[in-house]
Order: sequence, then C-alpha cells, then structure tokens
Amino acid sequence: MVSEELDITKQNLPAEQGPVQYVNELTTLNLGPTHPATHGIFQNVLQMDGEKIVSGEQTIGYIHRAFEKIAERRPFYQITTLTDRMNYCSSPINNMGWHMTVEKLLGIEVPKRAQYIRVILMELARIADHIICNGILGVDTGAFTGFLYIYQERENIYEIYEEICGARLTTNMGRIGGMERDLSPTAIRKINEFLDRFPGVLREFENLFNRNRIFMDRVVGVGGISAERALSYGFTGPNLRAAGVDYDVRVMNPYSSYQDFEFDIPVGQSGDTYDRFMVRNEEMWQSMRIIRQAMDNLPEGSYYADAPQYYLPPKQEVYKNMEALIYHFKIVMGEIDAPVGEVYHAVEGGNGELGFYLISDGGRAPYRLHFRRPCFIYYQAYPEMCKGLTLSDAIVIMSSMNVIAGELDG
Amino acid sequence: MFTNEQLAQHIINQFGDTVGDFDDPYDLLTFSTSRERIVSVISYLQNDPTLQVNFLTDITAVHYPDSPGKEYCVVYHMHSFVHNFRLRIKVFLTADDLHIPTMVPLFASANWMERETFDYFGILFDGHPDLRRILNMEEMDYHPMRKEYPLEDATREDKIDALFGR
Repeated sequence: MVSEELDITKQNLPAEQGPVQYVNELTTLNLGPTHPATHGIFQNVLQMDGEKIVSGEQTIGYIHRAFEKIAERRPFYQITTLTDRMNYCSSPINNMGWHMTVEKLLGIEVPKRAQYIRVILMELARIADHIICNGILGVDTGAFTGFLYIYQERENIYEIYEEICGARLTTNMGRIGGMERDLSPTAIRKINEFLDRFPGVLREFENLFNRNRIFMDRVVGVGGISAERALSYGFTGPNLRAAGVDYDVRVMNPYSSYQDFEFDIPVGQSGDTYDRFMVRNEEMWQSMRIIRQAMDNLPEGSYYADAPQYYLPPKQEVYKNMEALIYHFKIVMGEIDAPVGEVYHAVEGGNGELGFYLISDGGRAPYRLHFRRPCFIYYQAYPEMCKGLTLSDAIVIMSSMNVIAGELDG
Repeated sequence: MFTNEQLAQHIINQFGDTVGDFDDPYDLLTFSTSRERIVSVISYLQNDPTLQVNFLTDITAVHYPDSPGKEYCVVYHMHSFVHNFRLRIKVFLTADDLHIPTMVPLFASANWMERETFDYFGILFDGHPDLRRILNMEEMDYHPMRKEYPLEDATREDKIDALFGR
C-alpha cells in the first residue's frame, strides 16, 4: 500500500524531466588485443555511442612473423613449415596448397591416389576448421554444450593426422610430388570410423543450435553484408557464400581431382551471422560427402610422383640406398634447380581463397613469395559490419567471420 | 569462355600500345601497363560488360634491384567470376619515383592490400585514404621486403656459404 507521503506517481515528477537527454559524446572502447572473445591478438578500437558502435578501427600485426621475407631464404621444402602456421586450424590445406604451387612450377603430375588422399585430408582439415569456428561461435553466444560435444570430433581428426604423420597441429604429411606415405590400415579405419560417427554428432550439434531461440536472437540479422559489398571487400569462402555468391575455388579452378567429386556449394542470402554459421555447417556435410566418395573410389597405384629429384625419398631407403641418400641430401640442402617462372595457385582454404604467388628466378629459394591470406583481406570489412550494432553483436560477428590471427598477420 | 589470345586481343583493342609484355606463364594471362593508365585499365576491366572482371584477388609488389628503370613492380591479380578467368597486371616503377594511383575507389579490398604493399616496399599509393604501416611498427624507418635488407646478417664471417651448400 502506497502511503500518502511517498507518492511517487507521475504527477509529482518535475514536468521537464522527459526521456534521458542525448549526450553527443563517444566512448572509446578497446576490444582486444588480448580479449578472450577476439580469439587471437588483434585490437579493435571501437567508438561507442552508449551501447551502439559508431565506428571502429583495427590494429593488426601483433604476431607478424615476416613469412614472406623468411621464405626468400628458404628452400621450397622448408617453406611448408611456414604455411602451417598461417591458418593453424587447417594446416593440411595450407601445406598441400603450397606443395601444389611448387608442383605447378616444376611441372610435376601427381598420381591419382595421392590426389585423392590429399582431398581426404584437406576435407578433414576443413571440417576441423569449421568445427572450431562454429563451436566457438556457440561459446560466444553462451552455449558451451555444443562446443564440448563437437570438439571431441576435432580431437578425433587430429588423431587421424597423428596416425598419418605423427604431428597434430603442425602437420607434415605432404611432400612435393605426393604424400609422405600411404594411408595406413589404421588411418583408413579411423577415417571410416569418423565418417560413421560424425553425422550423428553434427546432427546433435545442429539440433542444439539451428532453431534455438536464444541463439537465433543473437545471430539472425546481425552483421549482414550484401553480395556487392562482400565482393568489393574481397570476401571469399564461407563468408562470401553466406552473402549469396556461389564462388568456390574447388569448383571454379579445380585442383587435386576435385572435378571427380560430386558436392554442392551451400549459399546463404543475407550474409548475416546466422547464414555464415549455416553455410559452415552445411559445408561440413558436403566435406563428408567428398571424403566418402574419395574413400570409396581410392585409386590403386603410387602415392607419389616419379620425380626423384624433387620428392624426398623415404627415410628407410635413405639408410640403405646410395641414390636415395644423394637425393635426400640434395633436396634437404636445397639443391633443387627450380625453373624460372611465375605461378599463382589458389586453393579453397578454411576461410576462402588461399593464394600463393611465387616468383622463381631459378635459385634454391623463391625470389618472391606472396601469400594471399583470405583473413587479411576480408577482416577490413569488420567495422562496417558492426556499425550501428551493440558490443555483443560485434563479438559474434568476429567469431563467425573466423578471423585467425596467424593468417591475418602472415 | 575466352582463350588468353582473345582476352589479350580484347584488351589491346581497347588500350592500344599503352599495354604490353603479353605473356601467359602457367596459363595465366599477364600484361603490363603504365601507372598513368592502370586506373583506367582496371576500371575498364571491372565495368566492361563482355569481360566482367569483378574481383580484385590481390595486390602486391616485387623488388628487382638489378633491372634499372623498373626496380619495382606492382602486381594486380584479378578474377572474373562470370567467365572464370584470371588476369595479372603489372606496373613497373623506377626506384626514385614510387607513386602509383590507389584502387580504393574501385575496390574496398584494395585498402589493406595497398597498406601492406606500402609497409613492405614503400610504394606510395596516391589518393589512399589511410596509407600507414599495417603489419610492422610505425617507428620502423625502412621497408623490410626490399632486397637491400637481407634476412641474414651479411657482416657475419663465421658462416661460409659454400660449407652449407649454398
């Protein structure tokens, strides 16, 4: 019961006190460099009007390691280890993209079996990459469960890598001219087990997210970008496809036998965070289709090209065979006499078109090597996508764009 | 679909002798033009209804210290999604005059690509809205990708290259 003395009804308020006065003063907010939600070291200086983002500016380069400069001193094999560390969520794609660039320069034709094994591994890497992106998008919207469920599968993909080459993150399974070794029976068993188990996990993940009210409220209509702007900003990969452009390097410029496989390119419509999430989800299904086809039709034959002057011989041979020892020494010491040439080769990385622009002057190392890193090119659209939205929207936009700091800084 | 010869012919018809050095290494049509013409070439390729080269894949540069008069080369990679062909356009610059017009009015993506090229090589993109270093520190007073800055310390004498197979 309201007493007479404490009458706080509207009539007693001063007449001039209407809605809160608009104060035209912006707040500067540093999102990053080391914020858990940036998933990497890069800074976003946001100008906030209350809760709304008015403008933003990114500062990158915190982990710049001068890969292009280092590559000018390294033999072609040793550059593989630089590519690992760009998009470290899907290192096999980077590795094999680089090996294919060198093969193109040297004119090596890789046997079908090696190409199919590469396709299998690259698609596994793409699934791992999308698992990370979508799982973490879940975490950033407050859904930890889906992340925990699906991260187990990334672990299983890493076990497949481990079975093939012994390493998990910085893989070393490709060689110039093919693969380091054939798929072992254990690796084949593990891949098949993965293919049998993963659809159930992914279905469960989808059930947790796709029509989840809370999740949809956070992501639908957030951070949309039109197809024209996305093209102008140089978007590729899932981010471009979410905006409705069906550009996929695997289809437009097939490499490594991608023309043999049947798969669809999922596209979105509005380019918002939900579309990016859904495109990545659907791509995991398509990747599984590709792996299944490649596993079923795995051709017989050699897993490396007949190019002893470029293909690193197996270690067992090196111990026993003089020729292998000589070639091993020559390759490791960078005595490959590469032809003079200029190559641009692109692969569909986890984030889009990953290009290698290689100029060789015939020396042991590239004269100039430039990485077209998809992250670096599209991240500049981030302030435009956040404009007029709130800070919590900015977090999910960044996480759904899949900005990988290693790839961003090069 | 166009063959590289048709594409080259199409571009020559439009620009005459301001484009040249046509070549197709590894099946990718490459040609060079001057910095006075680069904006009109790229804007033409972008807007031409026949070619529709609507995507700027990459901008970077190369340093050739040993070729006098054309020490720096700015390289543009473009892609037509409609007809699915790629193009490489080169502009050679002399070492004492590193100015070239910016592509930012045509492609938003050029912004960071040009900043990176400036950072690495010191090429000045005229009209760029915000030409600053992007990956290296602001305080750096040289451009590290130039060939005069070798990666290893050139003054060291304890490492004899011949012993290391180089």
